[in-house]
Amino acid sequence: MSATPTIGVLALQGDVAEHQRVLDGLGARSVPVLRAEQLDRVDGLVVPGGESTTMSKLAVRYDLMEPLRKHVRSGLPAYGTCAGMIMLADRILDGTAGQETIGGIDMTVRRNAFGRQTESFEAAVRIDGVAGDPFDAVFIRAPWVESVGPGVAVLGQVPRGERAGRIVAVRQGSLLATSFHPELTGDARIHRLFVDMVKGHA
Amino acid sequence: MERAQERPPAGAMTRSILRASVSVQNLESATVANTAENPTESTVGTTRVKRGMAEQLKNGVIMDVVTPEQAKIAEDAGAVAVMALERVPADIRRDGGVARMSDPDMIDGIIEAVSIPVMAKVRIGHFVEAQVLQALGVDFIDESEVLTPADEAYHIDKWAFTVPFVCGATNLGEALRRIGEGAAMIRSKGEAGTGNVVEATRHMRQIRGEIRRLGTLDEAELFGAAKELRAPYDVVKEVARLGKLPVPLFSAGGVATPADAALMRQLGAESVFVGSGIFKSGDPAKRADAIVQATLHYNDPEVIAKVSRGLGEAMVGINLDELDESQRYAGRGW
Repeated sequence: MSATPTIGVLALQGDVAEHQRVLDGLGARSVPVLRAEQLDRVDGLVVPGGESTTMSKLAVRYDLMEPLRKHVRSGLPAYGTCAGMIMLADRILDGTAGQETIGGIDMTVRRNAFGRQTESFEAAVRIDGVAGDPFDAVFIRAPWVESVGPGVAVLGQVPRGERAGRIVAVRQGSLLATSFHPELTGDARIHRLFVDMVKGHA
Repeated sequence: MERAQERPPAGAMTRSILRASVSVQNLESATVANTAENPTESTVGTTRVKRGMAEQLKNGVIMDVVTPEQAKIAEDAGAVAVMALERVPADIRRDGGVARMSDPDMIDGIIEAVSIPVMAKVRIGHFVEAQVLQALGVDFIDESEVLTPADEAYHIDKWAFTVPFVCGATNLGEALRRIGEGAAMIRSKGEAGTGNVVEATRHMRQIRGEIRRLGTLDEAELFGAAKELRAPYDVVKEVARLGKLPVPLFSAGGVATPADAALMRQLGAESVFVGSGIFKSGDPAKRADAIVQATLHYNDPEVIAKVSRGLGEAMVGINLDELDESQRYAGRGW
């Protein structure tokens, strides 16, 4: 692995540019991914926030879903935020009929679990393995993790309020997922963790 | 903010600038939500939550729908959100009369029918229609010139709402006034319901050109620019620094073909709204899919060529010089 890893951002829909900005700021080289062959040239993959049903539909329609599964299964490190978390889940609840995912993380994710946009919120969330203050986590029509398999580490939970204890950050091997959007706040700590994972240092 | 108060501009502008100052204050307080010293439980409707929602819609197509069936077709075609309304703009033009917020039953029906975000329109300045839509649980409100304006002087104070707003703009000053009032997304104000993209093109070029110009100004000149633009100084300065709006910029109005959508993207729109263009055409499902693909692959003429084949009839267009002045929507909004 070179000092400057190339990290693809799945560009079917969503806040692609925000992820690219954070990754580039950390010294990685980010590239938008729209075609299967581009996956051969990346060291890691970010699946951004957006609308998961749309992203899933377009991935199937444009012949990206199978290549994505193949690469993730064979060890391509990946980080999903919000819709990206849903895309990396082995099982989902409250999706649309037949909604497919890339999978890879042994978890069940409930789509839009925190409600519609008027219920979208911010909360301070502490993330295991990330030093310093809790994260200003921005949740937008966000999912939560309903349950995880034995190989999955829970990294973060909603600290208080009626949703206290809901799982919002997980890691399984080289796969990382958060319900919230660190790409929107300018706090690069979780992306740094992912870049270190891609480099094989974390 | 303090600067704006130290330099009160003359005459009619004073009020709008002072209102804008209040807005910037709200922006700051809304942005600092949770810190280690002050860990609140959670915060809804913050600026980050509202603008963040707008960011999630980027690269996706938002489609006007009037029935749950159309909403399903739009969702299946890959729309990222639907705009629920009673009549598409082409029919509003045809029917005339006062165009208002849609019936809550109709909006409920569309919210029930799809799982993607649902937007709906309110009249310019009609904050009670906006209160109603927020209570119904819509995900985004369009304060839209397509409906008949309810206030000839003021737009809605959008900071007062939990739900995010999108507003139209023909130029940078208008865009920044709307952002000053709390808009979380800006779109062009092309003549809706005409199938003619010329006005949207003009607005995109105008807004992007004015942003580039701001980038060439020094600190002192930015104060003058804020005055010329009749926009809050802090927002003007932020745009000069970022080289873009602080919220997503979409295009709307007159988009009827895949090539129209790609044109808007190449002119700098982060995505597009398609109104009458889909469901007033011969084969809505196919056209919707084609516009989604062209919006995504806007820089790839081969893809645009491929998806432009065999779409059936496009909506009938209206030449804008045939349009009476009273029938032009872009002039609505202040």
